[in-house]
Amino acid sequence: MTPVALVLWCIAALVAISVLAVTISRSPGATPIIYGASLSASAAVFVVVLLQLVTPAASGLLPALVLPVGLPWLGAHFRLDALAAFFLVVINLGGAAASLYGLGYGRHETAPQRLLPFFPVFLAGMNLVVLAADAFTFLLSWEFMSLASWGLVMTHHRERDNRKAAYIYLVMASFGTFALLLAFGLLAGTSGSYDFATMRTAGHAPAVSALVLILMLIGAGSKAGLVPLHVWLPLAHPAAPSHVSALMSGVMTKVAVYGFIRVVFDLLGEPAWWSGMIVLLLGGVTAVVGILHALMEQDLKRLLAYSTIENIGVIFVSLGLALAFEANAMNLAAALALAAALFHVLNHSFFKSLLFFGAGAVLTATGERDMDKLGGLIHRMPLTSFAFLVGSVAISALPPFNGFVSEWLAFQAILQSPDLPQWGLKIMVPAVGGLLALSAALAAACFVKAFGVTFLGRPRTLAAQLAKEVDRFSLSAMFVLAALCLLAGILPGIAIDALAPVTLTLVGGRMPVQTSAPWLSIVPIAEGRSSYNGLLVLLFTAFAASLAAYMVHRLASRALRRAPAWDCGFPDLSPQTQYTSASFAQPIRRVFGTLLFQAKETVEMPAPGDPKPARFTLELRDLIWGGLYEPIAGAVWFAAERLNHLQFLTIRRYLSLVFLALVFLLLVLAIWS
Amino acid sequence: MSGGITFDIAHLLAGGLVLVSFMMLYQDRLYSLLNMFALHSLVLTLSVAWQAYVQHAPHLYVTAAIALGFKAIIIPVALHRMIRRLGIHREIETVVGIGPTMFVGMGLVALSMVVMLRVTQAADPLAREDLAFALAVLLLGLLVMVTRRNAVSQIVGFMSLENGLVLAATGAKGMPLVVEISVAFSILIAFIVIGVFLFRIRERFDTVDVRALDDFKGKRRR
Amino acid sequence: MVVIFDLLAQGMQMAMVLLLAPLLTGLVRKIKARLLRRQGPSVIQPYRDLLRLLRKEVVLAENASWLFRVTPYLIFAVTWVAVSLIPTFATGLMFSWTADLIVIVALLGSARFFLALAGMDIGTSFGGIGSSREAMIATLAEPAMLLTIFTLALVAGSTQLSTIADVMISSHVGLRVSLGMALIALIMVAIAENARIPVDNPATHLELTMVHEAMVLEYSGRHLAMIELAAFLKLLLYISLIACIFVPWQLAVLGTGATAHILGMIAYLAKLAVGGVFLALFETATAKMRVFRVPEFLGAALMLGMLATLLLFVSRSL
Repeated sequence: MTPVALVLWCIAALVAISVLAVTISRSPGATPIIYGASLSASAAVFVVVLLQLVTPAASGLLPALVLPVGLPWLGAHFRLDALAAFFLVVINLGGAAASLYGLGYGRHETAPQRLLPFFPVFLAGMNLVVLAADAFTFLLSWEFMSLASWGLVMTHHRERDNRKAAYIYLVMASFGTFALLLAFGLLAGTSGSYDFATMRTAGHAPAVSALVLILMLIGAGSKAGLVPLHVWLPLAHPAAPSHVSALMSGVMTKVAVYGFIRVVFDLLGEPAWWSGMIVLLLGGVTAVVGILHALMEQDLKRLLAYSTIENIGVIFVSLGLALAFEANAMNLAAALALAAALFHVLNHSFFKSLLFFGAGAVLTATGERDMDKLGGLIHRMPLTSFAFLVGSVAISALPPFNGFVSEWLAFQAILQSPDLPQWGLKIMVPAVGGLLALSAALAAACFVKAFGVTFLGRPRTLAAQLAKEVDRFSLSAMFVLAALCLLAGILPGIAIDALAPVTLTLVGGRMPVQTSAPWLSIVPIAEGRSSYNGLLVLLFTAFAASLAAYMVHRLASRALRRAPAWDCGFPDLSPQTQYTSASFAQPIRRVFGTLLFQAKETVEMPAPGDPKPARFTLELRDLIWGGLYEPIAGAVWFAAERLNHLQFLTIRRYLSLVFLALVFLLLVLAIWS
Repeated sequence: MSGGITFDIAHLLAGGLVLVSFMMLYQDRLYSLLNMFALHSLVLTLSVAWQAYVQHAPHLYVTAAIALGFKAIIIPVALHRMIRRLGIHREIETVVGIGPTMFVGMGLVALSMVVMLRVTQAADPLAREDLAFALAVLLLGLLVMVTRRNAVSQIVGFMSLENGLVLAATGAKGMPLVVEISVAFSILIAFIVIGVFLFRIRERFDTVDVRALDDFKGKRRR
Repeated sequence: MVVIFDLLAQGMQMAMVLLLAPLLTGLVRKIKARLLRRQGPSVIQPYRDLLRLLRKEVVLAENASWLFRVTPYLIFAVTWVAVSLIPTFATGLMFSWTADLIVIVALLGSARFFLALAGMDIGTSFGGIGSSREAMIATLAEPAMLLTIFTLALVAGSTQLSTIADVMISSHVGLRVSLGMALIALIMVAIAENARIPVDNPATHLELTMVHEAMVLEYSGRHLAMIELAAFLKLLLYISLIACIFVPWQLAVLGTGATAHILGMIAYLAKLAVGGVFLALFETATAKMRVFRVPEFLGAALMLGMLATLLLFVSRSL
């Protein structure tokens, strides 16, 4: 049996699990059965594709597997090439971790019958998108994935916000699919062949390529969360149960990235240089806007969702660089940029899932998502907080964890760009480099805030005071991911080498073989230019820290006394005086917020002697929502109001409407031909 | 190697001029703005003098001397005295914040680079770069004028704009001495006119904030 | 044999920076005091302070977590590793390829990340004020630093510090406006990162404007000693960095013999002293800014870095 067939069987198994879930979801034993089964299916796919990715044979083009389902003259094509294999690894690793987490987290679920049937089918949908090798199957699986995730967002449908989130998600997802449909229609062209293999070999006119690129940016970009199409993401991702949020943020956005790479790098052929420029600009803006939104947020899960937008921006910056290099036939640099993007895809799926799991654990333990009602959890939930700390350090792009490696590779790719001949790119690339650096620094501030306000300090509410450590399944899922974050950070060479077949097929180049570099360091271009060794950095730091601790404890003093906090002599202040998430972000809000959010702070200070409480109000406006979506929504509403009259016509009028439409269409046909 | 050094120093001085233009954008005190302007003119003097040496064009020394005498010494000193006599509020009111202004400035520099270097493909590198820098200085001067409300800082913006013109002229190995001198004098006259004008605004409106003029025109409705 | 010699050089550098760092701070304090017509403490006072702190017991706030206790050692270790990757008296040290300039910045970023967390651990408002302001400063200082690094990397064709220093020693770099801008930007960042005047005042306590001192307010005894030592090291790091990039004269190339090394060492000490004197002069001559002027100050550094990169991108194609 070929690997494709194996994977397809596993997907079929996932669908079967979800059918099973429909029947048994009300029984108490359903949760462990369903999650256990999903875990085994995902793990099976993971093993199969990992073997496929690391064996050298993977680089060759494998024939597609055609199943006689779907459109009768087309069938359903499935192919497992290197790119698909890489994304399957990401999806199923995330899927397996989420299932493992669900084994524990799912027990607290109030409405398992609304969650369990959708979970396996969501996993199956994501797997199918990546495996699909014709436009019809791709779009069908894409819709499948969207609808399953919509069902998951609606799990807690009794909350008003969730219903609104699900509604906006549904609108945006349909809009995105529509754009994808048009893109594939253009790609198929006059020949009308929806097979990817035919599309790849057919040449495309420049205008068509441009249109397809823009449609892909809209279609895949709206799913991934590119600014300004990101508005649904921070609403929908947090609304789902936490392990599903992890899947949506960590994995589903990556499926969207896959769609973009598949079409723009693979099917579209040689890119134009300005396409890189558009993608770069969008990526840079997305990164900074996303992380600034995250900094303003006080809901932990929404903060994480906004930070996903930032990471998508980082990925798209690298993709834009890869496009720019490819257009100028700089294959090595293109391979470096593409590898940076793909490695960040992998890394982000690790730490974002980990962080959402942590947020879910906090939610289970305290029932709170609002950071300003938490605090001091490091004492009550030491293991969760440790795992969350690892995730925070990794996502803040700090060595020796994995997030740093992919950002470092992106910076190295940027440094290759002076050789680009086009002026627009020459100016754009350093500017975007600045944006990338800014977003990395802001991300660190954001996660200092997220971890500091949630886990450090003193508990702000009773719920936080009484928190208990979560179950072992949730913890083990978090710790597996934390370990992966560290491993990918100190041994990135292995992952980069595994990416070589992908970059070879897509941009015709590859980075130097990393595992042959001395001491397991990584070398983007040549050792004289730059190299980085996470393992040694970790070892040196650990050695220096333990040496210092040992020497100090041995030779100097080890006496320790517990006492009330000093705080410049103010004793026993209430926990309410601690810095909250809003006050932590205040300096940054003053620097960046006035422009982007039109932040307005008003202080109402009653006169001395007046017992009225002082009041501080903060007003933030989302310019994108107000400037782009509200006018559209208003226009739609206006049109709907007008069309409402159509509901109250007589039968004769309805008939005449139909008649007129028919005549009009015939006229069009007559004039057309 | 002498060609390298020639280029390097010209590049350094012209780039320095752009840098000082940025420093003018950054200032929020009138006195330090004036000092920056003096520095601006001084850098221009050096740049012109270096061009005179490199191009063996003695008349450029005259230009340099004019720049040094008028713009680096007389005008700043005069403006200093004027501010003291008028008792103008010494903080500059900006229309937009300094941060956004700097961002716009960056964009303008990028723009002038792209435009100039594209247009002048054939010219020699020294002149090309000089022209690009000169355009940047000119645009930054305009930016200073646009973003400041105070008439004095608008004058300074105008003068720095003119410095950009001189840089362009000397770099392009063109501008005859007569033109140069007449430009310098017209600037001087403009300066005197503006100075008188300033006193008049001040007498009438008790401020040198040019918003007062808008109110007077009756165009502004608030 | 070569390996042993390399290891020895690396180890010597690590020990040397550790020993020199308090002296540098002592020197700066002494000069500042003399400029203010004060006698000032002796230049070896920082050593005495450290020893005294190390011997004292730690008074730990009641709700301090393990993170609070680990952080001082972590910060010290990370800063020490970062500074030992910088060529001080010789280039091509054994482990210099472990990390390039971007990694060094990121290492300092890690130190700041944990220090900011430690500031929030006790749950006092002073800790919070320090952490949030530090975060704001860092969000501007880090990009400015990275853009400066872009500039250097474009000139030298490498982000590897040893290579950059080698390129700078060779004379064909020439005078470049971009390098001048990068130097100014780097100095501005260094001032902000080391919590010096005009961004922060290293000598203040009990003042609402303090940033770094507010974060470490709850630390005492050996923990405080570690943090102080890390701060000394950081100052040394930035001065060494500026020296090694912009005045790389007399840097010995590893394996060129003892004379070159001794010369390099003397030159390095001289550079440190000059850097310290300039810092003291600058700090005495300027006043501290309001906190919300700092973004403008750092924004200017960011712009300079950006402008420098831009000019280089453009002039490359001439």
